[in-house]
Amino acid sequence: MKNGRLPLKRRAYSGFLMGLIGLSAAIAVGLIVGLIGYVFYRGLGHISWEFLSTARSALRGTIGILPNILFTLFLIITTLAIVLPIGIGAAIYLNEYATSRRLVRIIEFATETLAGIPSIIYALVGVLLFIQGLGLRVSILAGALTLSILSLPTIVRTTQEALRTVPVSYREGAFALGATKWYMIRTIILPSSLDGIVTGVILAVGRMVGESAALLFTAGTGYFLVTNYFEALHASGGTLSVMLFVYATEHGNFDVSFAIASILIFIVLLLNFGVKLVKRKLRRI
Amino acid sequence: MRPYNAFLGVHMKTKNIVEKTMQAVFFALGMVTIIAVATISAFLIINGIPAIREIGLWAFLSGQEWRSTGANPAFGILPFILTSIYSTIGAILIGVPIGLMTAIFLAKVANPRLAAVVNTAVELLAGIPSVVYGFVGMIVLVPLVQRTFALASGAILLSAILVLSVMILPGIISVSRTALAAVPREYEEASFALGATKTETIFKVSVPAAKSGIAAGVVLGIGRAIGEVMAVLMVMGNVPNMPNLFEPARSLTTAIAMELSYATGFQRQTLLSIGLVLFCFIMMINLILNFALKRGYKA
Repeated sequence: MKNGRLPLKRRAYSGFLMGLIGLSAAIAVGLIVGLIGYVFYRGLGHISWEFLSTARSALRGTIGILPNILFTLFLIITTLAIVLPIGIGAAIYLNEYATSRRLVRIIEFATETLAGIPSIIYALVGVLLFIQGLGLRVSILAGALTLSILSLPTIVRTTQEALRTVPVSYREGAFALGATKWYMIRTIILPSSLDGIVTGVILAVGRMVGESAALLFTAGTGYFLVTNYFEALHASGGTLSVMLFVYATEHGNFDVSFAIASILIFIVLLLNFGVKLVKRKLRRI
Repeated sequence: MRPYNAFLGVHMKTKNIVEKTMQAVFFALGMVTIIAVATISAFLIINGIPAIREIGLWAFLSGQEWRSTGANPAFGILPFILTSIYSTIGAILIGVPIGLMTAIFLAKVANPRLAAVVNTAVELLAGIPSVVYGFVGMIVLVPLVQRTFALASGAILLSAILVLSVMILPGIISVSRTALAAVPREYEEASFALGATKTETIFKVSVPAAKSGIAAGVVLGIGRAIGEVMAVLMVMGNVPNMPNLFEPARSLTTAIAMELSYATGFQRQTLLSIGLVLFCFIMMINLILNFALKRGYKA
């Protein structure tokens, strides 16, 4: 063995550090396995059809999260409807239209800055700008507006990356055939970067599902069943993450909290799997 | 006859109008991020300054007491600033070594299949919502800390540090890993040729060569730790004390979250002032990050 001839000190140094490297990786894996395992262990047993399909009833003393599932969905739909056109448009501008390198750098810096702003500041902005300023109520709409700014950087960055992977020859080919820029973007660029954009959407949905601080103060903690989307827009509605916080801290109802945490982790696993699937498809093309 | 474009099936004039319009639309959409950042900054400055003026900048930043309600209110945020700094330093001290080592494992040590498994674990860690971290911390970690150190309560600064150090791991790992993977193979091969072992090569060649990228990962972790609110809110006790590792504390983020839902008038203005201070911290971190990343790309 080559290592056998090295002095003890060097072997000990190498062995020790290798041990630390392996240990750290084991800690990272152990943390996630332990976390998911523990949450599922304590939460899955409390998920029942009644829990998923009813609203909270003070009369019967039962707790159901159907309204909160719906609020989460409504919030995601509304936010995507606002942020997708803006985010994809911004990325198209950066990658296809912008001619000034300086402007591109400023926009990219602004995007990085938005991504780095903590969610409690978005909460402040949401409360004072959208609720006090625009006169909205604490509602799904106010939450969606806040969440749109919060998730804008994710959409811009992933779309930009996706656009970059489209070969220049596609663009040249389209131009050579007489296509205009907008026609080329519509028919060539967007379809060929669709997978990347979908990845971005999944990542953004993950952020929306997980966000709590910004939504607690803008979308509220409502738990009444509202099935009409347009009514829900103006109703206070707690998403799953927010309700986890409410049940854990205000009600001290840990069974329900663990059940919601299990559902959240299940959604995270599903979204992660979705990203993997899309990426695999991307590689095959 | 007007020029006709067979490819598009529309007249050139209409086509030009569409082109111009779309260009303008995309330009406008490109400006949205700049407008958003400018609006948020202006909003925080305009709304955050008045309360600071009334209290006095120095009294606000260095005051050690926070009593926002009651007959004799005091608005000093030094406890919040120090708590934020201490909890971030603590999280970095624990999270960076583990994160860096894991990144080394992924980029240099593990075979591709094992790396894929560990990488999936790291991605999942990044995806877990912060309330779940806070909740599990509250149920598992807080009682554990309380028993271990025989304290009255386990919701203390130390618990927040431990939760934060887990939460910053994924960011540190993925950025450091990318930086380590980008180190040219020739550097490492030259080191092997000179008789260095794999470990020596990693720590004396690869890590120093990737130091800008690793630094960017650390700064990213700092940003995440200082900005985290829900998880901290659930495990730190939220008492506005001067920070002590074994006592409850309140950070800049949780100070806002504790009072935002009911504060009105002057009290709400002070929350905006705290937001402004937090925003200054974050902007500083962003500038450093931008600088570190640019140097990282150059290297």
